[in-house]
Amino acid sequence: MIELKDIRKSFGGREILKGISTVFQTGQISLVIGGSGSGKTVLMKCMVGLEEIDTGEIKYDENVFSNLTRKERKPFRQEIGMVFQGGALFDSLNVEQNVMFPLNMFTNLSMEEKRDRVNFCLNRVNLVNVNNLTPSELSGGMKKRVAIARAIAPNPKYLFCDEPNSGLDPQTAIVIDNLILEITQEFNITTIVNTHDMNSVMEIGDKVIYVYKGEKWWEGTIEDILKTDNKELNDFIFASKLAKNVKNMGLLK
Amino acid sequence: MKDLIIKPEKFSIYWKQFTREVDNFGYGSLGIVALTSVFMGAVITIQTVYNLVNPLVPLSAVGLVARDSIILEFSPTMMSLVLAGKIGSSIASEIGTMRVTEQIDALEIMGINSSAYLVLPKILAAICIFPFVVIISMFLGIAGGWVAGVLGGAISSADYITGIQQTFIPFNIVFAMIKTITFAYIITTVSAYHGYHTEGGALEVGKSSTSGVVYSSILILVFDYILTQLILT
Repeated sequence: MIELKDIRKSFGGREILKGISTVFQTGQISLVIGGSGSGKTVLMKCMVGLEEIDTGEIKYDENVFSNLTRKERKPFRQEIGMVFQGGALFDSLNVEQNVMFPLNMFTNLSMEEKRDRVNFCLNRVNLVNVNNLTPSELSGGMKKRVAIARAIAPNPKYLFCDEPNSGLDPQTAIVIDNLILEITQEFNITTIVNTHDMNSVMEIGDKVIYVYKGEKWWEGTIEDILKTDNKELNDFIFASKLAKNVKNMGLLK
Repeated sequence: MKDLIIKPEKFSIYWKQFTREVDNFGYGSLGIVALTSVFMGAVITIQTVYNLVNPLVPLSAVGLVARDSIILEFSPTMMSLVLAGKIGSSIASEIGTMRVTEQIDALEIMGINSSAYLVLPKILAAICIFPFVVIISMFLGIAGGWVAGVLGGAISSADYITGIQQTFIPFNIVFAMIKTITFAYIITTVSAYHGYHTEGGALEVGKSSTSGVVYSSILILVFDYILTQLILT
């Protein structure tokens, strides 16, 4: 479980996060949605410690992560997996070396054990016979899947995904969504996903948080979204004509 | 800088990075270093012969001048400027690209000290391998001078070889090594700094790469003067 209490963050006097509080439950996928520049990426970077918050508190289970020093955070970092928007695979390493990287750094497993774990993770994301390919030889969807495999390789307790579907075609996006859902349930991970993708919102979110202008504007379940009369959220979710028509025709249940 | 001085997460990984950089900086630079050194030595020799108009000065002085110019200045400083262009731009663009494609963030998320992991092996590799590269450059420069002088008919082989053996001061080599190590440190840290603090996209990576080379080159020239003033006077 990850708990946020009144998170505030400013850059150069401009307040980006204006007191966000919420709880992300273990074994669930929580989706953070919001328009570009709403602050959701900054929120995720604060949660994983890539940015320091100005005030507030970030708790990982019972531990106040935001109060820890860099050294004290190290054990927690090894429990965090993150899938970046562009994959962030290491260009100089092939697929196998990328997935093996955290295992090389923080475990004393033998090469055989590490290779087994890598193959297990790659199989888990439906990738076979790609071990020797370099990131430049992979498609966008494959890069995302390798990034997921690398993130889950050290058995993380917390998984963060920053727009995992951006730049992917709708079918591949669904594959990635299902993968995140299956992994979350299978390994009982606390998963937080930043997304613009409304398919993801409807398909995999146990909980949805809408961030608007740096504030938590709305929070609820997928069912709640369809019933809400929150204007900003409705404008965001049903921005396209198609979505508006579908909602007006009462086809969403 | 203090982030660089840490206990490595895993020594074997840092060692692998170090050996990769040694190969990259050393073996990877030999071509350009050899070419530059040979032609530099040739030009120094021919120009010294051309300027040696006093009949009282023996022609063997050409060898001596070429040797000392190469050892004291051309090999450590010129080679460092060449390496600043080759290695400095490569370091800044490699780290800069890693920054803008979030690879550095990925390292940090994993709990790895990214600055130490990416920069420390480069600094140590450069400090270890640059002296060897510069020593090779010295030999090739002196050999280039001999080839150009003798084959061009400007000086006899005997005169040149006598010259390069005259009044040799071993401390000059030590001085050259002090300069080389200082320049190695400057090239790697300045370029890495510019790469590490890249913000934006491909355009900014290019700018970081240019800044890394420009600032490294300026600092090399400034420290060349400072070290010469401090040590040789």
